[in-house]
Amino acid sequence: MARYRHLPGAALAAALATPLTAAAALAAEPAEVRIDNFTFNPPSLTVAPGTVVTFSNADDIPHTVAASDRSWKSPVLDTGQSFSFTFAKPGSYAYFCSLHPRMVGVVVVAGP
Amino acid sequence: MSRNDDARRLDRRTVLKCMAWAGTGVVWTVAGGVPRSAGLIGAARAAAPGGFTFVQISDSHIGFNKEANPDVGATLRSAVEAINALPERPAFVVHTGDVTHLSKPAEFDDADQLLRGLKAGPVHAVPGEHDVLDEGGTAFRGRYARESRGAGWYSLDEGGVHFLALVNVVDLKAGGLGNLGEEQLAWLEDDLRGRSASTPIVVLAHIPLWSVYPEWGWGTADSEQALAALRRFGSVTVLNGHIHQAMQKVEGTIAFHTAMSTAFPQPAPGAAPSPGPMKVPADRLRRVLGISRVEYVPGKAPLALIDAPLAGGA
Repeated sequence: MARYRHLPGAALAAALATPLTAAAALAAEPAEVRIDNFTFNPPSLTVAPGTVVTFSNADDIPHTVAASDRSWKSPVLDTGQSFSFTFAKPGSYAYFCSLHPRMVGVVVVAGP
Repeated sequence: MSRNDDARRLDRRTVLKCMAWAGTGVVWTVAGGVPRSAGLIGAARAAAPGGFTFVQISDSHIGFNKEANPDVGATLRSAVEAINALPERPAFVVHTGDVTHLSKPAEFDDADQLLRGLKAGPVHAVPGEHDVLDEGGTAFRGRYARESRGAGWYSLDEGGVHFLALVNVVDLKAGGLGNLGEEQLAWLEDDLRGRSASTPIVVLAHIPLWSVYPEWGWGTADSEQALAALRRFGSVTVLNGHIHQAMQKVEGTIAFHTAMSTAFPQPAPGAAPSPGPMKVPADRLRRVLGISRVEYVPGKAPLALIDAPLAGGA
C-alpha cells in the first residue's frame, strides 16, 4: 500500500483567516479525511495550524485531492492509498477530486 | 425546489432507471449517411447495401481488478470476439474512453494487445479521465491521437461521415462537470465552418454531452456551445461512454447515445448513494455485460429516451 507524503505547507493559498473560537482548543494532532462513495468525509474539517491531514481512498475507483486554486495536488490515489498534507497557516483551503470534480471538501485552519 | 420541479425530476429519474443497461458494444450501420444502431453485438444485422458498419466499445478499464470484475481483460476479449463474429466486418471501431484504469504504460500495452485481435479497421479513441492520469495525457495521445490538437481532439472523414473526436476530461473545475474548454470549442466551430449541412456528423466524447445526471457529474458544462454549432446539420449522432450503461435521447436532429462498459456496470442515476463499480454475482457478470439488444428509434418528442429492457433481449 502506497502512502504519499507531501509537506510543503499550504502557505501558497490566499489565507482567508476564519475566526473560530472553538479552534483554540484544537491541538495539531493528525486528522483524517476518508474518501468513500465519491465523497470526502468529513466534507468540512477544522484543524489547528500545522496539522497533518491524511486523505485515504476507500472507494473502488481512483481519486485525487487537489486544491481548488491548483496550488497543490495529490498523486492519483487508487483503492487503499492515502496522501498526507500539512496545513501550516490559518485559512480556508477548498479542495476537490480532479477526476470527479463534483467531489469537493474544505479544510479550515483556525488561528492559534 | 418547487413541487413541480420535484415531480419532473422524479419522472426523469424513473425513466432513466428503466434505461439501465450493461453490455459489450454497439454496432452502428450507416446507410444513406444516417447512422442507425443495428442492435447489440450478438444480435447484429448486416449493413444496408452501400452503407458501412462500425462498432462502439467503451470503458474497458484495463488494470481494474476489484470485485465488480477481477478480469477486465477477459471481458474485453469477449467483446473483441463478438465483434469478430459479426456477419460484416466493421470499417473501424470507436472506443469512447477509459481504455485503461490508471493510465499505466502496461495497461495501455495490455489494451493494445487485446484490441489488436480485432478483425476490423482501425480503432479511433477518445480519452476518458482514467486515460489522462499521467500529466499531460501523453501516453494516450501517443497511441490513439497522434495527429491531434490541444489536449488530443481531432476530426476525420469516413464513408462520407464526418467524425469529431472530442476531449472533455481534462482541466475539470472544482464543483463542475465535464469540460471542453474555449480552445476546443473554437476549433470545433472552425472545423464545422463551411461543411454542408447535409454532411452526417458523428461526435465522440467520453463524458456525456447531454445532462444525464449532473448530481453524479454525468454531463458536460459547456456542451451547449458545441451543440449550438451542430444544430444546423441534418444528422448528428453523439456517442459517449463514462456512465457504463446504454441510454439514448433524441433532441431535434441530434441523437445522443451512451455505451455500455466492457468492464463493469454502474448504477442507474440516483439508484445508489454514488456512482462507481456495481457488484453483481460472478455468474451474472458476463450476462450483464454481454447480452442485450438496442434499437435506435428516432424520437419525436424532445427529451425522448427510447430503449428496450435488458432482460429477455437474447
